[in-house]
Amino acid sequence: MLATENLRFAYPSSPDQGLSFPDIRCETGEQWLLLGQSGSGKTTFLHLLAGLRTPQAGKVQVNDTILNQLPAKKLDQFRGRNLGIIFQEAHFVRALNVAENLKLAQQLAGLKPDIKAIETILEHLNVGHKINARTSELSIGEQQRVNIARAIINRPSVILADEPTSALDDQNTQKVIQLLRQEAQEANATLLIVTHDNRLKSIFDQQIEL
Amino acid sequence: MNLLKLSWKNLTNKPLSMLLSIVLFALGVGLISLLFLMQNQLQKNFEKNLAGIDLVIGAKGSPLQMILSSMYHIDAPTGNVSIKEIRPFLNPKHPLIETAIPLSLGDSYKAHRIVGTEPQILDIYDAKIAEGKLWERNFEVTLGAAVAQKLGLSIGDEFSSAHGFEDEEDFAHENAFKVVGILEPSGTVLDQLILCTTQSFWLVHNHDAEEDHEGHDHAPGEHPADEIPKPLLQEGDEEEITSLLLKFKGRNFQALNMQRSINENTDLQAATPAIEITRLFDLMSSAEQALRILAIVIIFVSGLSIFISLFSSLKDRKYELALMRVMGATPNALFLLIVLEGLLLAVLGYILGMVLSHGGMQFFASIMESSYRYDFSGMNFLLEEAYLLYGALLVGFIAAVIPAIQAAKTDISETMSQGK
Repeated sequence: MLATENLRFAYPSSPDQGLSFPDIRCETGEQWLLLGQSGSGKTTFLHLLAGLRTPQAGKVQVNDTILNQLPAKKLDQFRGRNLGIIFQEAHFVRALNVAENLKLAQQLAGLKPDIKAIETILEHLNVGHKINARTSELSIGEQQRVNIARAIINRPSVILADEPTSALDDQNTQKVIQLLRQEAQEANATLLIVTHDNRLKSIFDQQIEL
Repeated sequence: MNLLKLSWKNLTNKPLSMLLSIVLFALGVGLISLLFLMQNQLQKNFEKNLAGIDLVIGAKGSPLQMILSSMYHIDAPTGNVSIKEIRPFLNPKHPLIETAIPLSLGDSYKAHRIVGTEPQILDIYDAKIAEGKLWERNFEVTLGAAVAQKLGLSIGDEFSSAHGFEDEEDFAHENAFKVVGILEPSGTVLDQLILCTTQSFWLVHNHDAEEDHEGHDHAPGEHPADEIPKPLLQEGDEEEITSLLLKFKGRNFQALNMQRSINENTDLQAATPAIEITRLFDLMSSAEQALRILAIVIIFVSGLSIFISLFSSLKDRKYELALMRVMGATPNALFLLIVLEGLLLAVLGYILGMVLSHGGMQFFASIMESSYRYDFSGMNFLLEEAYLLYGALLVGFIAAVIPAIQAAKTDISETMSQGK
């Protein structure tokens, strides 16, 4: 479950020009689309939901935990363990190969490295053959798949995706969204995709406009 | 994937910049360590060979040169002194002198110095005979352990000496020294010497003189070969030796005064080994200091190179650092990651530096042994080198700390909202 209440945010440089966000409530296993034009604060909202920024007021709740009330160290741990975040562009630790990147995600979340789970998830996302490849050798489509694998390897209860399809063509967009929905469903995770991509509108029933 | 392993992978991901940092660091550390080793071993060798000698008496000249030639067997002697001049010091009843050892220098065999002296010399260096016996008759020689080993000589072998200290055939004397004994290794200069009677020296040179000039001033057969020579005290006034090593009965005021009185009142020169060696080290210390400053500059530059390479790598790695935060890494973990990279570079540089300095020392040891007649080794490790490790770690830490703070302060949201 992912919910917000009276969420307000202002940049430290201009504390008077705060942004207010609508209250949302996404139940466990639901899949939501958050739509908004460029500059509407979509990414800021997503970062607030992910605990990457601290709100000025209000609260962000993931299951029973109020994110913005956690001390910094606990928040880092909670995020690593419970939130799967997919950014617009796929980033990796370049010195590590695909498997090592996923292993790092497990270990930074405080979990035991589980190579079996890594193999399974990569296989599932059709990039099993790239397990020992350097991340710089992946195509854009493969990068986005490994990015998804990295986000969901710890079976998070909430998956947040920021414009996951903006760099992809129609065909890849379809595939990636399908994968995301499928993986979220299997993990019984709440999925929230932030986008201005109109191609996605027809796919999701539950939508929020910003 | 612990942080140390990740640090290592990050470094090896950029092997060239890693190599540059390590090599620079190794040069600085290696140079300092080499200076430590050189100084330590030189000092050790010089001090070991002081052998409790209080005073050296010889011909006027440079006191340091006299000490170097008579005690360390480096450099040429200052000249010779006559028995007449030194006879008072040879007297066993001298109230101040416990031991007086005569030395005659100037000849060599295959770059190993031949020293005309008396068996007492073994006592002051704590040397013992390993096989055979001590030299007793003229033209009998006892070899230092290193000489015997290097030249492959054994008891019964014969050889001719050469004039001077270089290995030159042209100056060969016509005589035959016979090996009668070999000393145990003592770790002193004695290992590198060939010992014979003082009178053998006179015989060698008088024989040459007979050939070169008509009308020499010695009756033939005055010092027949193979004879047990007379004590030096009973020899003629005009015979010469190179120098005299003295050990006092006690270091009292009279003994201390003796040096000044010899230097002021006679044609002889007296010098105290410990003082001259201290002077020599003082002379060397300014060169050493210059090298040390150079080494510190190199270490500073290598620290700077670590700093720059870490700092510029942060720019390339800002997304992955932010990503690590997203995946649950705390700011402290990122701080530690970068600090570990600096420390790893420092430790690797240190290890390479040690390999260079000890390898270099081992290489120099072979050269030094022949020119200084001493044993050097690359396999000695010093306490200072452990301190050097702390120093290296400190430099690595200081070089890494600013980039590490920068990494710890990574703002995830800011970084992730920027495009590539």
